[in-house]
Amino acid sequence: MSLIEINGVDFLYQNDNSDRPALQNINLQIEAGDFAVIIGSNGSGKSTLAKLLNVLLTPSKGEIFVSGLNTNNRDNTWKIRQKVGMVFQNPDNQLVASMVEDDVAFGPENLGVPSSEIRKRVDKALEMVGMAGFQKFAPHKLSGGQKQRVAIAGVIAMEPECIVLDEPTAMLDPQGRKEVMETVEYLNREKGITVVHITHFMEEAVDADQVIVMNQGKILHKGSPKSIFRLVEQLKDVNLDIPVAVEVAEYLRREKIEIPDILSIDELVDALC
Amino acid sequence: MLKDITIGQYIARDSIIHALDARIKIIITTILIIALFTIDTFSGFGFFSAFILVVVLLSKISIKKVLKGLKPILILVLFTLFIHIFLTKGGQVLWSWKFISIESEGVYTGFFMVSRIFILILFTSLLTLTTSPLQLTDGIEYILSPLKRFGVPASELSMMMTIALRFIPTLLEEADKIMKAQQARGADFESGNLIQRAKSLIPLLVPLFISAFRRADDLALAMESRCYRGGEGRTRLHELEFRYYDFIALIIIVILAVAVSFY
Ligand SMILES: Nc1ncnc2c1ncn2[C@@H]1O[C@H](COP(=O)(O)OP(=O)(O)OP(=O)(O)O)[C@@H](O)[C@H]1O
Ligand SMILES: [Mg+2]
Repeated sequence: MSLIEINGVDFLYQNDNSDRPALQNINLQIEAGDFAVIIGSNGSGKSTLAKLLNVLLTPSKGEIFVSGLNTNNRDNTWKIRQKVGMVFQNPDNQLVASMVEDDVAFGPENLGVPSSEIRKRVDKALEMVGMAGFQKFAPHKLSGGQKQRVAIAGVIAMEPECIVLDEPTAMLDPQGRKEVMETVEYLNREKGITVVHITHFMEEAVDADQVIVMNQGKILHKGSPKSIFRLVEQLKDVNLDIPVAVEVAEYLRREKIEIPDILSIDELVDALC
Repeated sequence: MLKDITIGQYIARDSIIHALDARIKIIITTILIIALFTIDTFSGFGFFSAFILVVVLLSKISIKKVLKGLKPILILVLFTLFIHIFLTKGGQVLWSWKFISIESEGVYTGFFMVSRIFILILFTSLLTLTTSPLQLTDGIEYILSPLKRFGVPASELSMMMTIALRFIPTLLEEADKIMKAQQARGADFESGNLIQRAKSLIPLLVPLFISAFRRADDLALAMESRCYRGGEGRTRLHELEFRYYDFIALIIIVILAVAVSFY
């Protein structure tokens, strides 16, 4: 069984007047250790899907299993929230305490971890996100990228199997975005933590194991980055920006120029020269 | 501008004052405030000022920083002073002009009240300057915890305070930003009479409130996703623990307070 199994899930917001559910017939598996990227235009249901993974919402129809635990079963809620950590878009609105170390400790404190063990976890988590030495800092004195990495550390300290990040880079400058992406990639590659990364920056999908394209509450495509980026026209139809290199390659291909599958400018340069 | 407000913002230092248990510090501050209200001589105030000086030196926080925290209350203090000087009558007439007069009683009470306010603010800001917000709220939670039996949600209250303290700087920063944005569009916060000025604050407060509510929503989600479910079963990174010098400090303060009150 995969780490995350989503079977025939629909979700309709109670207070939503439209007839279209926020999610319709979602079927998806995410394997342990994978780096999955979800892309989709505004309102396509990405955040709703993320909230379903950590039981902030439960499906209106269908079932979700997180390492075999059904999210519909209320007894599983806290176990699942420990296994699936969430990082949100706005770095300011998810830090609870006035000091970095107290914030990172918040999750383990809620889990009832003994205090000496919390100390170890906090220091380790901060080190893993490259924020060692910032223990005593106040969150409002940090840059956006640093705050977001503290938020990630707060999740890591709960020792989850999977982290879901809902557009963690959307409010950051390029430098902050780079820091956060490097941290997330490091955690996935070196620490074996499964990552579900939601973004509207296509470039952030190039290294993924699985890319999921969502549109209007449905999964439009899923597959490897290369197979997804082949679908230039379909992606443009749903208002997604494709990396320039991918687009150029596709147009060259149409002109009958032999180009292998490429994802980045560097690969394009190599292919052409 | 708003960002400069520093009353009681925690300053981390490695000192014995910082190391004292938060609960003891809260109790000590309470005792001192009560003692402050029992004294009625300037020599008593002098004693308290000397005491504060010693504590500040021990805390390794620069005196300048402590005094800077008094700036925001300066207006209140001057106001009190003027009210007393001009309105409290009695004693010798020091100066008079038409119907206005300054009498010695007024000057005395004015300075008396002002000293008291300054010392009061210094006591409380020493508490918050040397105690991290989390320890402070943990301390309050502990002191309130006997009331849990009567349905007082001590842990939740302390969580609320923690969050409030966490968001004060963020909201001040935001208020500053909104103010500048409105000023750039020609809003005027500084001129006009009191009513006009209060009115001009509306375009500042409305967006601030809306954003605060949005933040609260986001934060609630973030807390829930990090397994927060109330105070029950929560552990702490920094468990509060009494050490022997906490009690020594308490005993010293009790003796001092009693001595000053009866002196
Ligand atoms: N709390 C809510 N109540 C009612 N409807 C909602 C709520 N949250 C989202 N929706 C609706 O559900 C749909 C999917 O929203 P969702 O936030 O999941 O999209 P998204 O892909 O995350 O978009 P974005 O890129 O803007 O973050 C939208 O049509 C939205 O209007
Ligand atoms: Mg979203």
